[in-house]
Amino acid sequence: MADNNGFLLRIITPDRVFYEGQVDMVEFNTTEGEVGILPGHIPMTVIIKPGILNISEAEGERIAALHAGFAEILPEGVTILAEIVEWPSEIDENRAVAAKERAEERLHNKTQETDVARAETALLRAMARIQVLK
Amino acid sequence: MASMRDIKRRKSSIQGTQQITKAMKLVSTVKLQRARASAERSKDYFTCMYDTVNSILKRVGNVEHKYLASDTEADAGTARDISKKAVIVITSNRGLAGGYNSNVVKLVTRHPDWKKEDLQIYCLGNKGRDALARNGYEVKWCNGDIVESPVYADAMALSAKLLESFAEGEIGEIYLAYTAFKNTVSHVPTLLRLLPVGTGGDKEDVSESASEGKEATAVMNFEPEDTEALDMLIPKYVTSLIYGALREAIASENGARMQAMDSATSNAEEIISDLTLKYNRARQGSITQELTEIIAGAEALG
Repeated sequence: MADNNGFLLRIITPDRVFYEGQVDMVEFNTTEGEVGILPGHIPMTVIIKPGILNISEAEGERIAALHAGFAEILPEGVTILAEIVEWPSEIDENRAVAAKERAEERLHNKTQETDVARAETALLRAMARIQVLK
Repeated sequence: MASMRDIKRRKSSIQGTQQITKAMKLVSTVKLQRARASAERSKDYFTCMYDTVNSILKRVGNVEHKYLASDTEADAGTARDISKKAVIVITSNRGLAGGYNSNVVKLVTRHPDWKKEDLQIYCLGNKGRDALARNGYEVKWCNGDIVESPVYADAMALSAKLLESFAEGEIGEIYLAYTAFKNTVSHVPTLLRLLPVGTGGDKEDVSESASEGKEATAVMNFEPEDTEALDMLIPKYVTSLIYGALREAIASENGARMQAMDSATSNAEEIISDLTLKYNRARQGSITQELTEIIAGAEALG
């Protein structure tokens, strides 16, 4: 079923079309774990968790930090509706490192008021950003 | 007949006004172009979001979910015994935009089935807050800054706030009143129900025929499960609708202001030409009168 022509990947954010093109494979992180999508995948909707987005084009690979949204996967193409997604060039490393430290500290010194889920998401986001830059 | 000086003064005052309206028109034309470009750029996201959520809802139509209204409920009014409604009203912060603000406000005040006491108003834009507060509505929350330059995070914060009160049962329905941007000259005040998401609305009938072919072949799987996915999708859906409405409202605002200022400028033009005519007549009249006086004086002497 899978052909070698790849499939159409569209990544759309509220403010722009982030990416649109023919790709061989796309990898990203979901609530159910990391997934890699090849052409001819069964139809599926997944919720995205902060992580690295890895796009394999014919010419090479591109990576970006993908933080929130969901993806609609169909055999002929994948549409990612992303709330936040950034190319490495758009990431501020110092901010990401600072955010990571802040989140870690919050998780470390937990009190009653600490919003653990939020701190964890913030940590995941910061880590994704830092990883993408490396 | 008004004196020449009066006419002259009036004319120059109108010319001053005309200069202002002309400048305002130019400014809003530029702003409109920018707002329209950004509204169009984000349109993709919302059509996609709308289609996806609709196709999901169609598939899970019978699932009991806190954010969904089943068909039977829609027929018998709301089964949730909460009459409180939250209405998000998107207006501008500044006036001089023709009927832009009052049209949106009228959607709320003139609604046949809504009682004043049942409504909680969430205002984006100060003009809407002023008008509704004056009419005695309960304005629960207002933020004027968001309308100046909306970012997605603002819409996210607002929808989180609303969904929380919805989940706690403080409000039974959420509506959105805004001005949809069709094109530069046509802006339609629109009232939209955000929650509960109807599974049998007329909007879906329109898109049904278009997406039917796709539906038949693709049976969508969910990871995680249907209901869990809906828990996460619906807030995103609401947020994106609010954000999209904001974008369109800003484009409409500038469009409406451009039109209003355009007609104000041409009105001023009309009045000025009228006054110029009057002025010339008065001038001619005074010359004639002076001449008559001189001739009469010369005759009396001779």
